[in-house]
Amino acid sequence: MDLIADRGRRVTVEELNTSRLLAHARKQAVQRKLDDMLIVDVDAHHYENENFKEFIPYMENDVLKQLTMQSIAKSRGGIMPQNVGYQDMGGRVTRYPMRGSEKTDEKGHLRDVQLGHRWMDAMSVDYSCLFPTGMLNIGMHPQKEMEVELCWAYNRWLTEEVMPNAENRFFSMLCLPFNDADEALRQVETFGGRKHVGGFMVTTVRNTGVQENQYMKVYRAIEERGLVLSFHSGPNWAEPIFKTCNRFLSVHALGFSWYNILHCTNWVINGMGERFPKLPVVWIESGLAWVPFLMQKLDHEYMLRPSEAPLLKKKPSEYMRDMYYSTQPMEIQDMQALECTFRMINAETQLMYSSDYPHWDFDLPSTISDLPFLTEKAKHNILGGTAARLFKLPPRNEKQKANLQKFGNLTAAA
Amino acid sequence: MAAGPPAGRKRVQNRMAEKFVAKASEMTDGDRRIVFVGDHEIGVFRHEGRYYAYSNFCLHQGGPACEGLTIAKVEERLRPDKTSQGLYFSETEMHFVCPWHGMEYDMKTGECVSDRKMKLKKYQVLEKGDEVYVVA
Ligand code: FES
Repeated sequence: MDLIADRGRRVTVEELNTSRLLAHARKQAVQRKLDDMLIVDVDAHHYENENFKEFIPYMENDVLKQLTMQSIAKSRGGIMPQNVGYQDMGGRVTRYPMRGSEKTDEKGHLRDVQLGHRWMDAMSVDYSCLFPTGMLNIGMHPQKEMEVELCWAYNRWLTEEVMPNAENRFFSMLCLPFNDADEALRQVETFGGRKHVGGFMVTTVRNTGVQENQYMKVYRAIEERGLVLSFHSGPNWAEPIFKTCNRFLSVHALGFSWYNILHCTNWVINGMGERFPKLPVVWIESGLAWVPFLMQKLDHEYMLRPSEAPLLKKKPSEYMRDMYYSTQPMEIQDMQALECTFRMINAETQLMYSSDYPHWDFDLPSTISDLPFLTEKAKHNILGGTAARLFKLPPRNEKQKANLQKFGNLTAAA
Repeated sequence: MAAGPPAGRKRVQNRMAEKFVAKASEMTDGDRRIVFVGDHEIGVFRHEGRYYAYSNFCLHQGGPACEGLTIAKVEERLRPDKTSQGLYFSETEMHFVCPWHGMEYDMKTGECVSDRKMKLKKYQVLEKGDEVYVVA
């Protein structure tokens, strides 16, 4: 097929084949013996919009379902809040425009599962936490009831059709309809006990405060079930403050950091760590550079204004160090700064590898395994050991089992 | 993608090997070939009648640097009063782009355009009659 370059010039490229595109990732995995290590990717994606026809029928309300079915069938309307964005960089990241050209086995697993297994095998990833793509904007849906219905339909489809037919290599933290706390609770109660559900995810592009009283029952229900709560970030050019940005680079860099900075601040300052001490919380897809910034900033303010955060029994940074972070997109330009960041977040126990594949700024496992300042134990923990403990994932071969054992991650995992 | 040498031609067995890339008459401007020489993976581009050959291992995360789009450099033009005139494609500078995350390289030098201290290994290209070889 042809891709359009400058001035309409066409550049011929072959059809997309994920395994071939990622051949160098496979090479890295072999060189580094990554197959001997349990690797868990806590943030990978699929394009759920390509499956609307599969999961929209799971919507519960007949009228909203008819409205949506018609919209995805022939009408021009969109059913998800959409953002302006140029993730494919004008086609430079070729897997975006070429995505449709990739062939999968029609008699095999669902296409998304087959594609997922291809990239996981290339990178030596054993398990992936599967998240949607377009639905990361669900928090900006103008209709609360549609957010509820779409999350419900997606969560049913994912837990009933997708993950059970994926050789047990996918799990998920299910998308919560967070603009309706009662419905969010109902979805925790309904789906929380299902197989392949490791927890629940709040998309952070939204305008509600995570500290509001209505959410306490949701957090408690997740904590009681021994599940994980995660916050997944995203960019939003429509946010008034970002309207000053004229480049997607700026919106992307700031947006992904900003929404987690915002919600993490509210979480920490309102003493959620004291209220739900057993609830594991993960901050996803903001990279890591924001964490030292926020730790210093909040500690500085808290020292002078403790009366505004009376639930805290220790400094904000200490609560932040109790939480978990996903690695990607890891800022790796200044190795000393990165090392300092790892120290500040207790990376050895609190950091979990994520690829974000197939999105444009994905990270390979070698971004962690090649870091010069990490111990073997830290590498094993970050790449999979910590996630294996948190999500109770078993090893997939004997060498992985021995490694999990060696670094103290086996008991809960096996 | 890698073309073999024409039948009857022996591969040079020196430490530096010459590897057949393609017939010159079969490569037009904008074409590229990927050839494999031992552990080397080399992207050979034809651009404005000349050949350029670089390592196919991206300096970012090791992606296939030479297997993506070729696209002109993007420039922002300023007026004398420093106001922006907007974005333009360069008339003279061509980039090739690693398809994994979009890192751009200068076609003529192999430099990473966002940090020119980073440079892909460059290989010599030989034209012998109608045949193009890369030396690795
Ligand atoms: S590996 Fe080439 S751009 Fe990332």
